Amino acid sequence: MPLEEAIGSLLNDGDSVAFEGFTHLIPFAAGQEAIRQGKKDLELVRMTPDLIYDQMIGAGCARRLVFSYGGNPGVGSLHRLRDAVENQWPAPLELEEHSHAGMVNRYIAGASGLPFAVLRGYAGTDLPDHSEVGEVTCPFTGEVLSAVPALRPDLTVIHAQQADRQGNVQLWGIPGVQKEAVLSAARSLVTVEEIVDELTLQPGGVIIPSWEIDAVSHVPNGAQPSYTHGYTTRDNDFYREWDEISRSREAFGEWLDRLTAGEGDES
Amino acid sequence: MSFDSAELMTVVAARQLQNDQSVLVGVGRPSHAAILAKRTHAPDLVLIYESGTIDADPDSIPLSIGDPELAATSTSVVSLPDIFNYWLQPGRIDVGFLGAAQIDRHGNLNTTVIGEYDHPRVRLPGAGGAPEIARSCQEIVVTLPHSARTFVPELDFTTSLCRSDGEGSMVVVTDLGVLETSDQHDELELTATFPGIGVGEVQDQTGWELKVAGDVAEVAPPTAEELEVLRSLGSKPKAVR
Repeated sequence: MPLEEAIGSLLNDGDSVAFEGFTHLIPFAAGQEAIRQGKKDLELVRMTPDLIYDQMIGAGCARRLVFSYGGNPGVGSLHRLRDAVENQWPAPLELEEHSHAGMVNRYIAGASGLPFAVLRGYAGTDLPDHSEVGEVTCPFTGEVLSAVPALRPDLTVIHAQQADRQGNVQLWGIPGVQKEAVLSAARSLVTVEEIVDELTLQPGGVIIPSWEIDAVSHVPNGAQPSYTHGYTTRDNDFYREWDEISRSREAFGEWLDRLTAGEGDES
Repeated sequence: MSFDSAELMTVVAARQLQNDQSVLVGVGRPSHAAILAKRTHAPDLVLIYESGTIDADPDSIPLSIGDPELAATSTSVVSLPDIFNYWLQPGRIDVGFLGAAQIDRHGNLNTTVIGEYDHPRVRLPGAGGAPEIARSCQEIVVTLPHSARTFVPELDFTTSLCRSDGEGSMVVVTDLGVLETSDQHDELELTATFPGIGVGEVQDQTGWELKVAGDVAEVAPPTAEELEVLRSLGSKPKAVR
């Protein structure tokens, strides 16, 4: 399915949506298609908002952000995220924040069809005041543990290396939490580098069967400026340049104008 | 060989790591320090990045914790559920490396906001893996610049709690000296200062009455080897002031 059609039919205004991929395989092309289509009032779910959500927040797509680490890795701040939180520009942004371990376990609970997950952590920190965290007592040992509610996004979007013609998908390299994110969601969309006749299992390969995926879109370079192991490399220069682009509303506005005008590769 | 305090800070952080340990590394100074340790006194040090790359051996300094170089040089690449639930939470990783915008006298850390949460003066990145690293690793190494703005009497937000149960230890390396917690008390104690830095100067940059060890050592300057290897890594961490 063409990406334009997939985002148009699977992502609705007001949805809770997870564009996952931990540093690797971030589905930038799909996020930018959502910007082009003017999607709005989204609850954006992602462990690391990264540049993909900085772009969507700056473009006014987001109402709420559920996350665990909102920085530009190795570079500094996400300036569009900060502008939204510190100055409510372009709109106020409600935050729900967790630790990485909390978000991971929320996806695991969602994928498992369970209402919550347990972990050690959160206790004694200020995170529970700004998060959805509870306590549960182990029925066997009496230990008090933290409970985090299952994540159940309306839509999860991921990027992968390959799909076959039946729509089975394979990703490899750093696998992140994408399998859990897809299995926890009501609907899912996968963009891929390549469509192949038959999948050959790769070392560390994760295969997600077609019947758990609603649409596959063929989008080469769809993870740039992050990367696709075995296909593309991480554009670290763009991550550094984004610091300048995103720092001022004017420079970001120019970037956004070029993106929505559809000129060239705007990853 | 001349050196600056940012270089010495990285070198001192590297010296905290032992050859038989595993360390959970972040990007920036932690990566420089861990790779420096591995190239000098701790060749068998196991570097683990929270992206899921276990026993990484990068040739260059990664910009992000999930750079292709890390995945390509690792013994094992695992998922995030694996890294957080099977490796970190049960205490399989010995040392955790953390940074922070604020630290208090107990070693608790703030990486969330400066100012009030709902109307922050500065919105920082947030928790990431830090709260569980702080509670799961036996030994925590924190690096941050030393000033009254970072060493505060009360955190604006408690993101990560230092283990004060006597089971873990913390070493804080700043650009002025070294502070440590021990089993006997749950408060940071100044144990060493950088060459040319007096205890009074450290106190002036600390927002509480500093606990000072009976015998404050002077940190040994970087050896020629340490400096040479550190500089060969390139992309030097930012100077801290």
